Amino acid sequence: MTGAPTLAVWKFASCDGCQLTLLDCEDELLAIADRVDIAHFTEASSRSQPGPYDVSLVEGSVTTAADAERIRRVRAMSRTLVTIGACASAGGVQALRNFADVREFASVVYARPDYISALATSTPVAAHVDVDFELRGCPVDRRQLLEVLTALLAGRKPNIPAHSVCFECKQRAVVCVAVARGTPCLGPVTHAGCGALCPAHQRGCYGCFGPAETPNAGAQAGLLRAAGLSEADVLRAYRTFNAGAPAFIELSRVTDGPPPGSGPRDLPERGDQGD
Amino acid sequence: MTSRKGVTRVTEQTDRTLTVRALARVEGEGAMHVRVRDGAVEDVRLEIYEPPRFFEALLRGRRHTEPPDITARICGICPVAYQMSACLAIEAACGIEVTDAVADLRRLLYCGEWIESHALHIYLLHAPDFLGYASALDLAREGRGLVERGLALKKAGNAIMELVGGRAVHPVNVRVGGFYRAPAKTEMAALAEQLRGALDLALDTVTWAAGFEFPDFRHDHEMLALVTPGQYAIERGTVASTGGLAFAPAQFEDYVIEEQVPHSTALHARLAGRGRYLTGPTARYTLSGQWLSPLARQAADAAGLGAECRNPFRSILVRAVEVVYAVEEALRLIDRYEPPAPCYLEVPPRAAVGHGATEAPRGVLFHRYAIDAEGLVTSARIVPPTSQNQASIEDDLRRFVAGRLDLDDRELTRQCEQAIRNYDPCISCSTNFLDLTVDRG
Ligand code: SF4
Ligand code: SF4
Repeated sequence: MTGAPTLAVWKFASCDGCQLTLLDCEDELLAIADRVDIAHFTEASSRSQPGPYDVSLVEGSVTTAADAERIRRVRAMSRTLVTIGACASAGGVQALRNFADVREFASVVYARPDYISALATSTPVAAHVDVDFELRGCPVDRRQLLEVLTALLAGRKPNIPAHSVCFECKQRAVVCVAVARGTPCLGPVTHAGCGALCPAHQRGCYGCFGPAETPNAGAQAGLLRAAGLSEADVLRAYRTFNAGAPAFIELSRVTDGPPPGSGPRDLPERGDQGD
Repeated sequence: MTSRKGVTRVTEQTDRTLTVRALARVEGEGAMHVRVRDGAVEDVRLEIYEPPRFFEALLRGRRHTEPPDITARICGICPVAYQMSACLAIEAACGIEVTDAVADLRRLLYCGEWIESHALHIYLLHAPDFLGYASALDLAREGRGLVERGLALKKAGNAIMELVGGRAVHPVNVRVGGFYRAPAKTEMAALAEQLRGALDLALDTVTWAAGFEFPDFRHDHEMLALVTPGQYAIERGTVASTGGLAFAPAQFEDYVIEEQVPHSTALHARLAGRGRYLTGPTARYTLSGQWLSPLARQAADAAGLGAECRNPFRSILVRAVEVVYAVEEALRLIDRYEPPAPCYLEVPPRAAVGHGATEAPRGVLFHRYAIDAEGLVTSARIVPPTSQNQASIEDDLRRFVAGRLDLDDRELTRQCEQAIRNYDPCISCSTNFLDLTVDRG
């Protein structure tokens, strides 16, 4: 094991779903463990080796003063720091507090909110320290996670396209749910990576991978309104697992646009050759 | 730092403090503190310090169709449990009951989650304790085949989740009223093939775990689980306890009282007028064991599990038996599967309150929603299994530690951690959980 690159997995405010995705790589897990020294992974091992670490995977958002400190220490111990998932990359669903009063939130859940210490906002890791790569998704996609690990081990850049879910529908020949069924769909503005899971299940995308690069705001607003969403519904659509992503905040403010012609397939495909 | 494991060692044996920070191989973040004074255990606390995420607050103002997807994000290990309890509660509020075919498909999806979650716990989190390894990856170095068997079993559970739910973590195919898409019969046939292989792995798992050495320990907590007479309860049921309680999920809050304690971001639950109780696999087994399938029943008997299970260390056996049951039950459901048409019912909102309870892998998961006439959620209550169990876990640890004060801190810490993992505590679920402190003075 000596000489093998070291990997650490860290948890902040999260549901564990993204780190579970690593354990869900049933066919690859043992092979990864052969090549990598898993030096810190509390959920999987009670043995923890001190840093520094070659690669740190960080799940979860920063929501307490102690965690704001801890993420700095993690950064200092990590050669490469990769955030995994919507919590770490955009603040997660717990960032809905950013649009509300956290003390009021605490009083709804706890009889003694004064026992609870929480920051007013849930923020992504990049708001606190430099991040080398952000992997999207709530949860991250297993194949993409493997690609990131493989790329980092090989010393190359991960091949993670930045285009939209729309593009993946086309790749998979999934019928557009917005055009064919009038289903509200965030696919045109949502980052690819899931393989267009929701449209493949006859459901509109709800944006769990966060914003794609260069979303077409007007066309998307038109699509949602044509599908019958009220202004409040549009706002709710953007305020879920990536509510804190600046592009989604921006999009949630655009309530008007042309109705879709032949649908989101007409949207420009900028950013297709991802980065 | 919260994530660094540390044992604090203080003064002589009669007075000491033991702290386990960052409990490993549990889902979420927590710690344990033990305080010993004059040679007696004065206090044991499970500290849940995972930061709260305020789900019950942020659900207000959401559409009544949204809680299944939103509450799934409470826990990546048991998202289906959250989705199913949320669906039941909202459907109850709206006065809708899903078709039998949809209910069967839900049960199948839930079997997938039980298999996945239990296989994860048995092989990756719990078995290393019994075999003396720090992790399953260390175990794999000497017993690769064993870990491969666990992963294959886990994968079979995930295969159900992916086909029926669309994704292993946070399934996309579940909606209030049913499913977005019904899997085709041909897809189910391929899944059945994989599950037939998994059944042998599940049976081998019971035999293997039955050979572990189990510390002698017995609790007398009241145990609580859902029951569906004639069937092992999973995706629905009424509440029953070993103390003779029987009530509908809608009465849950009349019987269960949640309290906040200063040392935890999780709320503690107890039964009104009765006190602490335990939910989870051993409670289910004790209350529904007679309704296991013949094969699962046989496996349980061969493993030496009696009519009830009151030794938390043997919970690994119960989980293994439940995996056998879940694989068999999934095969039975697939065998008679016809794609439900329609695969969902419309659920128009109305102003009402609805309750839902299902058996998450770790025990009863209760949801309650109030909805207004426009279909917006006005209030939400969620009671996850780990917060229900916390008082019982602490009580068990108190007695467990009291019998082992002669051990040094290192060994006591190791054994306490194993004892805690017996309950498969999900700290993410209970908002949040463990770091062991033994304070010996
Ligand atoms: S991004 Fe989603 S799946 Fe990942 S930890 Fe956060 S809530 Fe869980
Ligand atoms: S289609 Fe959208 S909501 Fe569905 S899994 Fe993909 S990114 Fe997430």
